[in-house]
Amino acid sequence: MDITTIAKELNLEIRSAHDRLKNIVTGGYTGDLLSDVMANSHAGDIWITRQVHQNIVAIATLKEHAGIILVNSCEPAKDTLERANQENVPILVSRAGAFELTGKIYNLLAIDK
Amino acid sequence: MCAAENILEKHSFVIEGGNFSNAGTVSTRIKSILKQKQLPDDVVRRSAIVCYEAEINVVSYAKKGVITLTITLDKVQIEADDEGPGISDIELAMQQGYSTANQQIREMGFGAGMGLHNIKTYSDIFDISSEVDKGTFLKMTIHTQPVKD
Repeated sequence: MDITTIAKELNLEIRSAHDRLKNIVTGGYTGDLLSDVMANSHAGDIWITRQVHQNIVAIATLKEHAGIILVNSCEPAKDTLERANQENVPILVSRAGAFELTGKIYNLLAIDK
Repeated sequence: MCAAENILEKHSFVIEGGNFSNAGTVSTRIKSILKQKQLPDDVVRRSAIVCYEAEINVVSYAKKGVITLTITLDKVQIEADDEGPGISDIELAMQQGYSTANQQIREMGFGAGMGLHNIKTYSDIFDISSEVDKGTFLKMTIHTQPVKD
Protein backbone atom coordinates (compact mmCIF):
# COMPACT_ATOMS: atom_id res chain seq x y z
CA MET A 1 0.00 0.00 0.00
CA ASP A 2 1.40 3.40 -0.93
CA ILE A 3 1.35 6.69 0.95
CA THR A 4 -1.29 8.18 -1.36
CA THR A 5 -3.74 5.41 -0.50
CA ILE A 6 -3.17 5.80 3.24
CA ALA A 7 -3.53 9.58 2.95
CA LYS A 8 -6.86 9.24 1.13
CA GLU A 9 -8.25 6.58 3.44
CA LEU A 10 -7.39 8.52 6.59
CA ASN A 11 -7.82 12.12 5.40
CA LEU A 12 -4.17 13.00 5.95
CA GLU A 13 -2.74 16.26 4.68
CA ILE A 14 0.52 16.10 2.75
CA ARG A 15 3.19 18.63 3.68
CA SER A 16 6.35 17.58 1.84
CA ALA A 17 7.89 15.43 -0.91
CA HIS A 18 4.74 15.35 -3.03
CA ASP A 19 6.58 13.35 -5.67
CA ARG A 20 7.33 10.49 -3.27
CA LEU A 21 3.77 9.51 -2.41
CA LYS A 22 4.12 6.23 -4.29
CA ASN A 23 6.52 5.06 -1.55
CA ILE A 24 5.32 1.66 -0.43
CA VAL A 25 4.45 1.28 3.25
CA THR A 26 5.30 -2.18 4.54
CA GLY A 27 4.84 -1.56 8.26
CA GLY A 28 4.72 1.14 10.87
CA TYR A 29 6.25 2.37 14.08
CA THR A 30 4.84 4.78 16.64
CA GLY A 31 7.13 6.69 18.99
CA ASP A 32 8.55 10.00 20.09
CA LEU A 33 11.80 8.77 21.66
CA LEU A 34 14.30 8.97 18.85
CA SER A 35 16.60 6.22 20.14
CA ASP A 36 13.61 3.89 20.38
CA VAL A 37 12.58 4.64 16.80
CA MET A 38 16.17 4.33 15.65
CA ALA A 39 16.57 0.90 17.24
CA ASN A 40 13.19 -0.64 16.58
CA SER A 41 11.68 0.72 13.38
CA HIS A 42 12.39 -0.76 9.95
CA ALA A 43 12.88 0.31 6.37
CA GLY A 44 9.51 0.80 4.68
CA ASP A 45 7.76 1.75 7.92
CA ILE A 46 5.50 4.75 8.21
CA TRP A 47 6.63 6.58 11.36
CA ILE A 48 3.91 8.04 13.55
CA THR A 49 5.11 10.74 15.94
CA ARG A 50 4.45 14.12 17.42
CA GLN A 51 8.03 15.33 17.17
CA VAL A 52 8.14 18.17 14.63
CA HIS A 53 11.82 19.23 14.60
CA GLN A 54 14.17 18.53 11.72
CA ASN A 55 15.93 15.57 13.33
CA ILE A 56 12.92 13.42 12.44
CA VAL A 57 13.93 13.76 8.79
CA ALA A 58 17.46 12.54 9.59
CA ILE A 59 16.02 9.46 11.29
CA ALA A 60 13.50 8.75 8.53
CA THR A 61 16.29 9.05 5.95
CA LEU A 62 18.68 6.87 7.92
CA LYS A 63 16.04 4.22 8.56
CA GLU A 64 14.59 4.47 5.03
CA HIS A 65 11.08 5.03 6.31
CA ALA A 66 8.33 5.37 3.71
CA GLY A 67 7.22 8.60 5.39
CA ILE A 68 6.31 10.36 8.62
CA ILE A 69 2.85 11.17 9.98
CA LEU A 70 2.50 13.87 12.62
CA VAL A 71 -0.42 13.35 14.99
CA ASN A 72 -2.87 15.70 16.74
CA SER A 73 -2.61 18.26 13.91
CA CYS A 74 1.02 19.00 14.82
CA GLU A 75 2.71 20.91 12.02
CA PRO A 76 6.32 20.35 10.96
CA ALA A 77 8.75 23.19 11.74
CA LYS A 78 9.85 25.29 8.77
CA ASP A 79 13.36 23.83 8.69
CA THR A 80 11.86 20.34 9.02
CA LEU A 81 9.85 20.91 5.84
CA GLU A 82 12.86 22.26 3.99
CA ARG A 83 14.94 19.27 5.02
CA ALA A 84 12.12 16.84 4.16
CA ASN A 85 11.81 18.27 0.64
CA GLN A 86 15.59 18.09 0.17
CA GLU A 87 15.76 14.50 1.38
CA ASN A 88 12.50 13.43 -0.31
CA VAL A 89 10.79 12.36 2.89
CA PRO A 90 6.99 12.67 2.79
CA ILE A 91 5.55 14.28 5.92
CA LEU A 92 1.80 14.07 6.49
CA VAL A 93 -0.43 15.52 9.18
CA SER A 94 -3.34 13.78 10.89
CA ARG A 95 -6.01 15.27 13.14
CA ALA A 96 -6.18 11.97 15.02
CA GLY A 97 -4.05 11.05 18.02
CA ALA A 98 -1.30 8.46 17.93
CA PHE A 99 -3.42 5.59 19.32
CA GLU A 100 -6.29 6.03 16.87
CA LEU A 101 -4.06 6.62 13.86
CA THR A 102 -1.81 3.66 14.65
CA GLY A 103 -4.84 1.36 14.94
CA LYS A 104 -6.29 2.53 11.65
CA ILE A 105 -3.02 2.13 9.76
CA TYR A 106 -2.43 -1.26 11.33
CA ASN A 107 -5.83 -2.38 10.04
CA LEU A 108 -5.24 -0.94 6.57
CA LEU A 109 -1.93 -2.76 6.28
CA ALA A 110 -3.47 -5.99 7.60
CA ILE A 111 -6.18 -5.88 4.89
CA ASP A 112 -3.51 -5.20 2.29
CA LYS A 113 -1.55 -8.36 3.15
CA MET B 1 48.65 -10.42 9.25
CA CYS B 2 49.15 -6.89 10.44
CA ALA B 3 45.81 -5.18 11.10
CA ALA B 4 46.76 -2.17 8.98
CA GLU B 5 47.02 -4.38 5.91
CA ASN B 6 43.39 -5.32 6.23
CA ILE B 7 42.01 -1.81 5.98
CA LEU B 8 39.82 -1.37 2.92
CA GLU B 9 38.55 2.12 3.70
CA LYS B 10 38.94 4.72 6.40
CA HIS B 11 37.00 7.97 6.74
CA SER B 12 36.89 10.59 9.49
CA PHE B 13 34.14 13.15 10.10
CA VAL B 14 34.18 16.13 12.46
CA ILE B 15 31.03 16.80 14.50
CA GLU B 16 30.22 20.12 16.10
CA GLY B 17 28.76 19.88 19.60
CA GLY B 18 25.39 21.52 20.14
CA ASN B 19 24.53 21.68 16.45
CA PHE B 20 21.32 19.65 16.30
CA SER B 21 20.47 20.88 12.81
CA ASN B 22 23.18 18.67 11.34
CA ALA B 23 22.70 15.75 13.71
CA GLY B 24 22.50 12.51 11.76
CA THR B 25 24.33 13.65 8.64
CA VAL B 26 27.53 11.77 9.50
CA SER B 27 25.56 8.60 10.19
CA THR B 28 23.73 8.98 6.89
CA ARG B 29 27.04 9.40 5.07
CA ILE B 30 28.56 6.38 6.81
CA LYS B 31 25.51 4.28 6.00
CA SER B 32 25.77 5.14 2.31
CA ILE B 33 29.48 4.20 2.30
CA LEU B 34 28.66 0.82 3.86
CA LYS B 35 25.88 0.24 1.34
CA GLN B 36 28.23 1.06 -1.53
CA LYS B 37 30.59 -1.59 -0.16
CA GLN B 38 27.62 -3.99 -0.43
CA LEU B 39 27.97 -5.14 3.14
CA PRO B 40 25.14 -7.32 4.52
CA ASP B 41 21.91 -5.42 5.35
CA ASP B 42 22.14 -6.38 9.02
CA VAL B 43 25.69 -4.99 9.28
CA VAL B 44 24.59 -1.74 7.64
CA ARG B 45 21.53 -1.47 9.88
CA ARG B 46 23.45 -2.08 13.11
CA SER B 47 26.28 0.22 12.07
CA ALA B 48 23.79 3.00 11.35
CA ILE B 49 22.17 2.60 14.78
CA VAL B 50 25.42 2.67 16.76
CA CYS B 51 26.85 5.50 14.67
CA TYR B 52 23.70 7.61 15.08
CA GLU B 53 23.71 7.17 18.85
CA ALA B 54 27.40 8.08 19.06
CA GLU B 55 26.82 11.11 16.85
CA ILE B 56 23.88 12.30 18.95
CA ASN B 57 25.97 11.92 22.11
CA VAL B 58 28.65 14.22 20.66
CA VAL B 59 26.04 16.77 19.57
CA SER B 60 24.22 16.62 22.90
CA TYR B 61 27.13 16.75 25.32
CA ALA B 62 30.51 17.51 23.76
CA LYS B 63 32.23 20.59 22.34
CA LYS B 64 33.33 18.64 19.30
CA GLY B 65 34.08 15.13 18.23
CA VAL B 66 35.48 13.02 15.45
CA ILE B 67 33.82 9.88 14.15
CA THR B 68 36.09 7.50 12.26
CA LEU B 69 34.84 4.66 10.13
CA THR B 70 37.23 1.85 9.33
CA ILE B 71 36.23 -1.02 7.08
CA THR B 72 38.45 -4.08 7.07
CA LEU B 73 38.07 -7.47 5.44
CA ASP B 74 36.08 -8.85 8.34
CA LYS B 75 34.65 -5.93 10.31
CA VAL B 76 33.26 -2.43 10.43
CA GLN B 77 34.76 -0.29 13.17
CA ILE B 78 33.29 3.04 14.25
CA GLU B 79 35.16 5.21 16.72
CA ALA B 80 33.78 8.35 18.34
CA ASP B 81 36.34 10.53 20.08
CA ASP B 82 35.04 13.70 21.70
CA GLU B 83 36.21 16.70 23.67
CA GLY B 84 33.61 17.15 26.35
CA PRO B 85 32.61 16.73 29.96
CA GLY B 86 33.39 13.01 30.04
CA ILE B 87 31.48 10.41 32.05
CA SER B 88 32.27 10.02 35.74
CA ASP B 89 30.44 6.71 36.25
CA ILE B 90 30.43 4.62 33.09
CA GLU B 91 28.56 1.73 34.69
CA LEU B 92 25.72 4.08 35.62
CA ALA B 93 25.73 5.74 32.20
CA MET B 94 25.35 2.32 30.57
CA GLN B 95 22.13 1.61 32.45
CA GLN B 96 19.07 1.87 30.29
CA GLY B 97 17.03 4.92 31.28
CA TYR B 98 19.86 6.81 32.96
CA SER B 99 20.59 10.15 31.35
CA THR B 100 22.12 13.51 32.23
CA ALA B 101 20.35 15.25 29.32
CA ASN B 102 18.81 18.64 29.96
CA GLN B 103 15.14 19.43 29.43
CA GLN B 104 15.65 20.89 25.95
CA ILE B 105 17.36 17.72 24.73
CA ARG B 106 14.65 15.54 26.27
CA GLU B 107 11.85 17.55 24.69
CA MET B 108 13.35 16.80 21.30
CA GLY B 109 13.05 13.10 22.04
CA PHE B 110 16.71 12.56 22.79
CA GLY B 111 18.18 11.87 26.22
CA ALA B 112 15.98 8.89 27.02
CA GLY B 113 18.94 7.00 28.44
CA MET B 114 18.92 4.49 25.59
CA GLY B 115 21.95 5.63 23.60
CA LEU B 116 24.86 3.77 25.16
CA HIS B 117 22.59 0.81 25.83
CA ASN B 118 21.65 0.65 22.13
CA ILE B 119 25.29 0.94 21.15
CA LYS B 120 26.20 -2.01 23.35
CA THR B 121 23.26 -4.06 22.11
CA TYR B 122 23.94 -3.55 18.41
CA SER B 123 27.76 -3.78 18.48
CA ASP B 124 29.59 -7.09 18.51
CA ILE B 125 32.35 -5.50 20.57
CA PHE B 126 31.96 -2.23 22.44
CA ASP B 127 34.72 -0.39 24.28
CA ILE B 128 34.25 2.83 26.17
CA SER B 129 36.71 4.99 28.07
CA SER B 130 36.26 8.44 29.47
CA GLU B 131 38.01 11.11 31.44
CA VAL B 132 36.05 13.78 33.29
CA ASP B 133 36.51 17.27 31.77
CA LYS B 134 38.47 15.78 28.88
CA GLY B 135 36.21 13.61 26.79
CA THR B 136 34.87 10.20 25.91
CA PHE B 137 36.10 7.57 23.47
CA LEU B 138 33.81 4.90 22.05
CA LYS B 139 34.85 2.02 19.82
CA MET B 140 32.19 -0.11 18.20
CA THR B 141 33.04 -3.20 16.18
CA ILE B 142 30.60 -5.07 13.98
CA HIS B 143 31.74 -8.26 12.30
CA THR B 144 30.94 -8.54 8.63
CA GLN B 145 31.67 -12.24 8.46
CA PRO B 146 30.98 -15.06 10.91
CA VAL B 147 33.74 -15.17 13.53
CA LYS B 148 35.76 -18.38 13.40
CA ASP B 149 37.19 -19.87 16.58
